[in-house]
Amino acid sequence: MAKAKPAKARDPAALIRPLVTPEGVDLRVKLADAGTRASGFLLDVVIIVIAAVVVSLVIIFGLAGLGLQDAQPLFIVWIIFIFFLRNVYFIAFEAGRRAATPGKRMVGIRVASRSGAGLTIDQVIARNLMREIEVFLPLSILAARGSAGFADTLSTVFGLVWALLFSLFPLFNRDRLRIGDLLAGTWVVEAPKVALVEDLSQRKDPFAARFQFSAAQLDAYGIAELQKLEEVLRRDDYHALKAVTETIARKINARVEPIDSKAFLTAYYGELRAHLERKLLLGNRKADKYAR
Amino acid sequence: MTLSVGTDAVRQSLASFRKEREADWKAFETLLARVEKRAPRALSEDELLSLPLLYRSALSSLSVARATSLDNALIAYLESLCLRGYFYLYGARRTMRARIGDFFLRDWPGAIRDLWREVWTSVGLTVIGAIAGYWLVATDKRWYDAIIPPSLAGGRNPDSSAEMLRSVLYGGDHHFLSGFAALLFTHNTQVSILAFALGFAFAVPSVLIILMNGCMLGAIFQIYAAKGLGFELGGWLSIHGTTELFAIAIAGAAGMRIGTRIAFPGELTRMAAAAQAGRVAATAMVGVTIMLLFAGLLEGIGRQTIISDIARYSIGGGMLAFWICYFYLLRMVRHGES
Repeated sequence: MAKAKPAKARDPAALIRPLVTPEGVDLRVKLADAGTRASGFLLDVVIIVIAAVVVSLVIIFGLAGLGLQDAQPLFIVWIIFIFFLRNVYFIAFEAGRRAATPGKRMVGIRVASRSGAGLTIDQVIARNLMREIEVFLPLSILAARGSAGFADTLSTVFGLVWALLFSLFPLFNRDRLRIGDLLAGTWVVEAPKVALVEDLSQRKDPFAARFQFSAAQLDAYGIAELQKLEEVLRRDDYHALKAVTETIARKINARVEPIDSKAFLTAYYGELRAHLERKLLLGNRKADKYAR
Repeated sequence: MTLSVGTDAVRQSLASFRKEREADWKAFETLLARVEKRAPRALSEDELLSLPLLYRSALSSLSVARATSLDNALIAYLESLCLRGYFYLYGARRTMRARIGDFFLRDWPGAIRDLWREVWTSVGLTVIGAIAGYWLVATDKRWYDAIIPPSLAGGRNPDSSAEMLRSVLYGGDHHFLSGFAALLFTHNTQVSILAFALGFAFAVPSVLIILMNGCMLGAIFQIYAAKGLGFELGGWLSIHGTTELFAIAIAGAAGMRIGTRIAFPGELTRMAAAAQAGRVAATAMVGVTIMLLFAGLLEGIGRQTIISDIARYSIGGGMLAFWICYFYLLRMVRHGES
């Protein structure tokens, strides 16, 4: 596909992949970046550890209540529970309707099939069983050796290098795939819940009517600048508004008092958008200020 | 001014586009939020039927908005809404119960049948490993300590007396051994997950793990056989061992499938071949975990309470026959599919 152009991590467009629905609309999914995925995973680990500790405490107090002669069955339940907690937690949540563990849900990402078809349960199982060797295996070996008191430098280094190699694997391929994703045919995409916010061009500013712009003044900028302006207006930070106002006023030769920054920008945004949308309707998508 | 007339008209029509469609988007969003939390049964029939209509309407709004509007926030909202709708409507097609039923009736035996070549290779490797282990310990008993980690040996070694070895086979030391059984269960599950997961390294680690597992079996067998307790050990092992060793062999087979498909992808790309093999192997692996759970139960309950050798052999043989029949003879055909 995009083999000619190597993906740059800094460029957000490099993480966008086409996803054409059966209705023929390209939904352009965005792959989750490594940092988001790591934080989602850490949240999951915290949840698992807390659950394990709570259950262990309940069992310990249960033991004290029952007396020690009944300890054996509970001990077995405990060993099996801890094992299942780790392995089933990920599988059960990712096979669910939202295809995301609580940690992933909190950071707004989910698992999806690379082919675009529905995620099947065997894909979820495959990607999670691989986690066992990617993370838990080296760590549990290290922990076991450490508790037995013979964690020599060599095996510690080996375990850490192993874990690092696998956890950094997503950074070394274009689609941010873990080994598990690779084998299961899945990837992790961003699926944030976005709220519908007001349309800025419909904003009624009492002072905005004072500003009138000529066609030449509206031709100064393109779509890229319009979207930056939208960001600034939505952020509503006084200093940013003032700085942007100064730049625009200088460019289009307008005189604006600093106190009027917001009104001026709202007015200019509304006019510029209507101007560019009219051009768009007539077949001219003016990408940025350099386009004609 | 012609300029302001033209732009005002555009602005008006875009504002009315949003006003007209907004109710549909909101309705779709609330429905989605409900079905994502609860089962689709929570919706009334009308709501259920309106779901795909609202989805298509949102998609068409997205297309219109991309073509005509420059409101970034609006497009981002519609994109995320459509993506959620797409994942929901095209994602989960079966209920959990249907999935579980399908797994036991079709997917699991189907995956094992699909892996038949690897499974029997793996069983063969276990046998070869067992013979090698037996022979090694028979020639030099120091091999025993090298093959079997002390934590699993449970105090048994070539210098143990026949009485001590016999007491492990028939002893009613329930207290210690049931915990030991659970430990073995997690140990065996981890061995199988390893055999599966390391398979991607061209199957070499899987083959080694399966061979090593066979070696351990042979080594234990040798120290018992040397004391004339071979037949009794066979009974002690087979009550759960047929299930357990079969499960580990299947796990190794799943790993080998992945490794060989990565090494020899055929007509597919290496990635696609790996993904395809990974799914069959993963289905087999869930089955392996279930088999190991069975083995753990048999071991924890059956081994210490059933003392008779004949009963032990017949339970072990029965379980093996059951698994073979289940995997290779049960063939369910779903309606409408061949």
